[in-house]
Amino acid sequence: MSASETVPYGIPLDRETPFDPPAAVMALHRGAEMRRLRYHPNGDLGWLVTSHRLARKVLADPRFSARLGSPVQVPIPMPGIEAYADFEGDFPATPGMFIEMDPPDHTRLRRKLTGVFTVKRMKALEPRIERHVQDRLDALAAGPRPADLVAQFAVPVPSMMICELLGVPYERRDRFEADSRALFTIDAGAGAKEAAMNALFAFLGELAAAKRAAPTDDLLSDLAADPDLSEAEVAGMAALLLIAGHETTAKMLALGTMALLENRDQWDLLRGRPDLMAGAVEELLRYLTIIHTGLIRQVKTDFEFEGHQIKAREYVTVSVQTANRDEAHFIEPDRLDVTADAKGHLTFGHGVHQCLGQQLARMEMRIAFAGLIGRLPGLRLAVPAHEVPLVTGQSFYGVAELPVTW
Amino acid sequence: MRIRVDRERCVGAGMCVLTAADYFEQDDEDGRVVLLADEAEDCDTAIADAAALCPAGAITLR
Ligand code: HEM
Ligand code: SF4
Repeated sequence: MSASETVPYGIPLDRETPFDPPAAVMALHRGAEMRRLRYHPNGDLGWLVTSHRLARKVLADPRFSARLGSPVQVPIPMPGIEAYADFEGDFPATPGMFIEMDPPDHTRLRRKLTGVFTVKRMKALEPRIERHVQDRLDALAAGPRPADLVAQFAVPVPSMMICELLGVPYERRDRFEADSRALFTIDAGAGAKEAAMNALFAFLGELAAAKRAAPTDDLLSDLAADPDLSEAEVAGMAALLLIAGHETTAKMLALGTMALLENRDQWDLLRGRPDLMAGAVEELLRYLTIIHTGLIRQVKTDFEFEGHQIKAREYVTVSVQTANRDEAHFIEPDRLDVTADAKGHLTFGHGVHQCLGQQLARMEMRIAFAGLIGRLPGLRLAVPAHEVPLVTGQSFYGVAELPVTW
Repeated sequence: MRIRVDRERCVGAGMCVLTAADYFEQDDEDGRVVLLADEAEDCDTAIADAAALCPAGAITLR
């Protein structure tokens, strides 16, 4: 067998079990901490990093840039991407989308928001999150059984919260939910994604203009009033927060609930021990690693890294799902144990891009899981676990529906 | 041990506050780290954890 035949082409997404990474990906991780990977659509050679140690190292090293560019490469097939094949150089960064920028551009924009997302500020939101959770639970408990936990609970709670924080009317969620879903749906098509991004910019740009004229007490008004930010930057930052801020947490809430129900001893343990909730959330984040397609970087110069010769313009995918199951860092990583020490999981990333909204996501998950367990202790799946529809075709892994009863 | 923070590197992720709230706080305005005490017992594992978990390498211990 020639060496090229042993290089995997893209990252497998199909799973054997709902909570574990694909066996094929785990096998790559066991074989080497870092290896060659061929990228779609043209088979360009790049890298795949699977260990916890190297994942941290790559994500903290500024030579691995968040600015992506030619030759266009993706670790999973993405229809329509061929349209960018002739592009030369770095793709223009979408204004305001600092997740795809490097310092100092990244620093300038991120710092406008870090004061809003501190541990203290998020703790102060506790009563508001609590209210949304209780409202949704009231509606759920009063409604028909079985119910879909995704639509009734997991999506609305974070969606309402990010809307409230930003100052986007929740009633207008039809203007952003479908568009943001298109953006993280892998096979939505490059054209559809561009249209979705333009629609989001138009919606948020209009809203920001209204807030500039008549400010209200919310983040979008503050951004709109900042003389240092262009109108496009304001719309882009708001779009980033909307997109990153609701579907991620929603996926965690539904998949996390399913994992606890399928590990009933863990659900029951949490019933009597609210003090375990903060640790349980970290363990669920680690065990479920919803960012299953990994984090992608590109290098801009040649250099040596861990004994490998990295060449300018090569792509590197950091496989967070394997890093979070790395036995060199976690004890019994393939088991869900809400009392285990999940410290150091990489589900929020690492380095300068580490999730800005993580303290909000943590508060939402703690309050939502505790609310659910407290209010509906007898909750159970309404269908056999293998009939729950899984979503592998989006940047965030999860379940499409979670039929439950109680 | 002595604790030092580099506010230029800090990205305001809050891992330090979450891990060792007696020593670290975030500035109310810009979310960047503020040191509450710069001296700690060597055996204080929370501080070592905070330094290791900081995503930006902004905390150093000596
Ligand atoms: C469980 C829920 C969440 C998960 C698993 C998650 C995961 C992540 C990850 C892995 C990154 C780093 C991406 C990279 O390095 O390329 C990230 C960045 C980001 N997240 Fe989250 N996130 C969650 C919730 C949230 C929420 C609720 C918000 C907003 C309120 C948010 C806003 C952001 C932003 C703005 C960035 C970009 C940060 C930067 O580039 O500096 N996230 N998130
Ligand atoms: S953990 Fe590091 S980056 Fe985050 S607030 Fe503390 S010092 Fe800053």
